[in-house]
Amino acid sequence: MNDRTKHMLRNLLLYVFIFTVVLWVVVPIVVSALYAFSSRLDYYNMHKVIPTHYTLKWVKTILFVLGAWQGIKNSIVVALLTILISFVLGVPAGYAIAKYLFPGKDSIKLSIIALRMFPIPVMAIPLVVLYIKIHLYDTLIGVALAHTAMALPFVVLITSSIFAGVSKELEEAGMVFGLTRFQSFLKITLPLALPGLAAAAMFTFVMSWNEVFVASILTLKHRTLPAQILSIMAGSSGGAAPPYYKFAAAFIMIMPALVFIFFARKYLVTMWGITIK
Amino acid sequence: MVEVKLEHITKEFGGLKAVDDLSLEIRDGEFLVLLGPSGCGKTTTLRMISGLETPTSGRILFGDRDVTYLQPKDRNVSMVFQSYAVWPHMTVRDNIAFPLQIKKVPKHEIEEKVRWAAEMLQIEELLDRYPSQLSGGQRQRVAVARAIVVEPDVLLMDEPLSNLDAKLRVTMRAEIKKLQTKLNVTTIYVTHDQVEAMTMGDRIAVMNHGKLLQIGKPTEVYLNPKSMFVATFIGSPEMNLLDAKVTIGEDGRTYFEGDGFRIAIPESMASALEGYVGKTVALGIRPEHMTIEGVSKLEHVKNVAKITGKVDFVEALGTDTIVHVEVGNGIIKIKLPGHIPLPIGEEVSIVVDLDMLHVFDKDTKDAII
Amino acid sequence: MKSKYLPYLLILPAIVYLLFFIGYPLVQAIILAFTHNGHLSLYNFRSALATPTFIPAFKYTLALAAVIIPTQLFLALILSLIMTRTFKGKDMVLYALIIPLTISDVAGGLIWYTLLSDAGFLNKLLINIGLISQPIHFFGYQYRNMEFLAIVLEELWRSTAIVFVIILAGMQMISKEYIEAAEVFGAGYWTRLRKIIIPMLKPSIQSALIIRTLFAMQIFGAVWMLAGRDIPVLAGEGYYQLTFIRNYGVASIYALAIAALSIVLGALYVKFLKAPYLEVSR
Repeated sequence: MNDRTKHMLRNLLLYVFIFTVVLWVVVPIVVSALYAFSSRLDYYNMHKVIPTHYTLKWVKTILFVLGAWQGIKNSIVVALLTILISFVLGVPAGYAIAKYLFPGKDSIKLSIIALRMFPIPVMAIPLVVLYIKIHLYDTLIGVALAHTAMALPFVVLITSSIFAGVSKELEEAGMVFGLTRFQSFLKITLPLALPGLAAAAMFTFVMSWNEVFVASILTLKHRTLPAQILSIMAGSSGGAAPPYYKFAAAFIMIMPALVFIFFARKYLVTMWGITIK
Repeated sequence: MVEVKLEHITKEFGGLKAVDDLSLEIRDGEFLVLLGPSGCGKTTTLRMISGLETPTSGRILFGDRDVTYLQPKDRNVSMVFQSYAVWPHMTVRDNIAFPLQIKKVPKHEIEEKVRWAAEMLQIEELLDRYPSQLSGGQRQRVAVARAIVVEPDVLLMDEPLSNLDAKLRVTMRAEIKKLQTKLNVTTIYVTHDQVEAMTMGDRIAVMNHGKLLQIGKPTEVYLNPKSMFVATFIGSPEMNLLDAKVTIGEDGRTYFEGDGFRIAIPESMASALEGYVGKTVALGIRPEHMTIEGVSKLEHVKNVAKITGKVDFVEALGTDTIVHVEVGNGIIKIKLPGHIPLPIGEEVSIVVDLDMLHVFDKDTKDAII
Repeated sequence: MKSKYLPYLLILPAIVYLLFFIGYPLVQAIILAFTHNGHLSLYNFRSALATPTFIPAFKYTLALAAVIIPTQLFLALILSLIMTRTFKGKDMVLYALIIPLTISDVAGGLIWYTLLSDAGFLNKLLINIGLISQPIHFFGYQYRNMEFLAIVLEELWRSTAIVFVIILAGMQMISKEYIEAAEVFGAGYWTRLRKIIIPMLKPSIQSALIIRTLFAMQIFGAVWMLAGRDIPVLAGEGYYQLTFIRNYGVASIYALAIAALSIVLGALYVKFLKAPYLEVSR
């Protein structure tokens, strides 16, 4: 039965490895969250690996004294604007790619994806010059327009695969029974595509919420959350804020993303083509 | 060249018995077909012989060797997969050479053997191509060439023809059978297509719900099915099944009484049916073992019975005609040679060859006769 | 007929938008970089080279990528192989592994600051277990090498998921029968890995490497949070030149340096990870 014990040992090793990896992902987040609320004494107490006394002080200060709350509001506005504009532009494009066969389709599709590979700094830095000229500098809409450019390829790709999943025949049945193509789209395709579109919206939100380079460059007073945090806390030598503020900042930044992705997790995985067995 | 023995093989997947107490002997050099519907356990059985799955209980022997727990690589088996599994990133030559490379066969020998296998399957000109450049049929030949190149003890085939179009399937059936005869390698072939089984197998093993129902030469299984399932699974069009009650007439003779007919039971069958008087049984008769009076004749027939009915539908196939006759509330299908255009609604008299009549117990589904 | 043009019309707004936001800045960046006082000149280029941080930024950007990316590829392969097996709780594990996809580089930097700072989790843990008696210093200019390590750890933690997701998708596309066929024909686990799985993963590996490398050339938030300008990187220095020095020309040079690196590395990947079997036609 030596084969059997070998088999069991390998299984055990596998589970240990998996457990370790999951811990490796989860522990930093959990620790960060705990430390964000740790009392000052407990934080500096070298014998308290996990704090036992908690306080809301740091989170409150970050939000209301150091401007994170305003940053959150700005981030939300930017994200929502980004979703709006990128969907207005991207959904029709996604529909066209999904439902029509036309010359140049593949190369157009490829180039849209390739455009996402364009380095962001090259896009953002000249944009400052332009924005200053047309008075878009330091505006939320300005940031949203830039974020839309970053999100658009992604939105086009995702919506095209969502629409491709709605059977052509369902739409055609609608048209046979008296709807125009557009009405068929509104009444049949759109409702069926809604869950997928909702997930795409959530991802776009998270992408905009997390984006820091462009947001930092294009704003001064009206900063999004990451831009604001970056300016307050940059670097160990540059940042004057004590560590617990940093943890509080981290906590605030990751909370919405974690929540969203929990709800959209199935889509997140299948969007890359992974099947959950 | 090896004999394969399966002893009481059972395979359970979480409480579900995919293969249930299967015992089977495959002779050296035999072409054995595992036939059955989807989910009957035939592919699972094949995979256990290959080593890709391990039985929950039971033994598998190659000759004297107990291979039950051996890995595939230690068994000297080869397999042709349903999807061919021809590796797309290797040329045809590399695909065929792969098993030999694994066995560390010297390079010049590999070249010889690859050439030999390619010639057997007539794919010599394709050796330097990639699978994406080949048609389905060509890829299938590559899969077979790869399987024979190592000269395995056992050759396994998992529905290799099911992805080909109908015409190609017919050609490949003959080719595979000829190839196997030439190589004389013990072959186990899985299919759900009973025509394939009948034309290719030295013996057919019919399976359903994980159990082996019957094993025998094609003609045996065809003419003497031991259960209703085997009787109806093999043969196209399907065997006709009619319910009938075994009764005793006023003249003391026994009769089959069914919906719209009454057949006198011949002496040869009377004793076997003794215990069934008053019970309902299932009568089975193949479409080609009947004819229609006045229209066609059955040759070499001794005992007949006549059933009357009305023509309901006629299928003209060109070489044969299948006549659907309404008898009582049911339909009986009769196969007549040639083109016989009978008018719908016509009253006809069906002549039944009683020597080819099968009787099945309705509860156990086994053959009584 | 109107419907012939309809698909093009539907796509047009998106394409025009993208071309504008890519084309205009690209042209403008080149202008900003290579003009000075209205004339075509290499002034900015020379200024950039003269800054003490230009060459280091180049080196560090590449060094970080050289350390992080191969490690991530290796980890992604191992994780993907594990995820092809079945085991209890596999769904939950998959979701856990994907969580880092939602965490921004700034947040990641902050989280790892929590873990590695003097009174952070790691130091406290090690001290309380007794492995060390003084905290390990990860931050501060004099600990630049540790800062480098901190950045590496943060990136390994956060962005391996991107590579993992692409590799896993590629691996799931490999039909089980290809691997079983190899098994039946005698290939052991490592042979199957080397000769079947990895070659068939080549396209995915190429995609993952290109995507990951192009992002790595732009590394910014994590570095700024963990090391500030102690570890200069191209995007960070560009940001600094733009926001603090207000030198658009030099900032653009930094941005174009990133673009140049991206193009060169992208082209190298495409050249060396070619898969002949994908290029032949019927």
